[in-house]
Amino acid sequence: MLAALFYIAAFIALTSTMAALTRTNATHALIYLIVSLLAVAVMFFLMGAPFAAALEVVIYAGAIMVLFVFVIMMLNLGDTGEDREREWLTGRNWFIPGAMAALLLLEMLLVLSDSQGVTTGTAVSPKAVGITLFGPYLLAVEIASMLLLSALVGAYHLGRRFIVRRGDH
Amino acid sequence: MDGLMVPMEHVLVIAGLLFVCGLFGLMLRRNIIFMLMSLEVMLNSAALAFIAAGAHWGQADGQIIFMLILTVAAAEVAVGLGLVLQIQRRFKTLDMDQANRLRG
Repeated sequence: MLAALFYIAAFIALTSTMAALTRTNATHALIYLIVSLLAVAVMFFLMGAPFAAALEVVIYAGAIMVLFVFVIMMLNLGDTGEDREREWLTGRNWFIPGAMAALLLLEMLLVLSDSQGVTTGTAVSPKAVGITLFGPYLLAVEIASMLLLSALVGAYHLGRRFIVRRGDH
Repeated sequence: MDGLMVPMEHVLVIAGLLFVCGLFGLMLRRNIIFMLMSLEVMLNSAALAFIAAGAHWGQADGQIIFMLILTVAAAEVAVGLGLVLQIQRRFKTLDMDQANRLRG
């Protein structure tokens, strides 16, 4: 029963990712991507990582995707962009990227073909994650906080100039 | 709730398929918003592989690396979308082929 749920979630994740990356309308692609992330969160939960599943929903499908929505709304692309996208997506543009990606996938499958073992049935609780995070991985937390601060400063710098120029005219 | 026993190679193949989807999208699309989305898909597939490895050993380390990947993804998206706004303002398009000169 649980295994069936897992494989259904995996199927949904793969199909919605493929659908997201071949859309012409950015908003539709974003909705498909959110479905894909939610399916991956289901997979995390079933594999015994409930805290990671919650973070996937709250931060990935919530915060990061909302950032995308805001930017798409600010850009106000309209139908002209959609026509251009459709023009790019047709024709022989598919062939070379598709061949390279298929080759890489083939190599990965070859490498993975002799891997063995199963995921254990026990769930790792958020408490254990927290104890490990603020114990041996404390330095990683500090570095992550510095990374987020630098991203905040960078995004503010880039976005502020945009807003000021928009206000001029 | 308890997790279930999934063969490792199935999870890793799913992660590989997601990664290749993202890579294919990154090579195919020229719209910078879709390129950022493809990067998100690729980071997410790497996170899936880490979670699977953490579940295999029953340790919390996989989830911690997932959180670090989440941090990197959030930082990358914040700066990337700021760049999207600048590119749209300067070139009036989202086509990355129009922005291939380092000094616009």
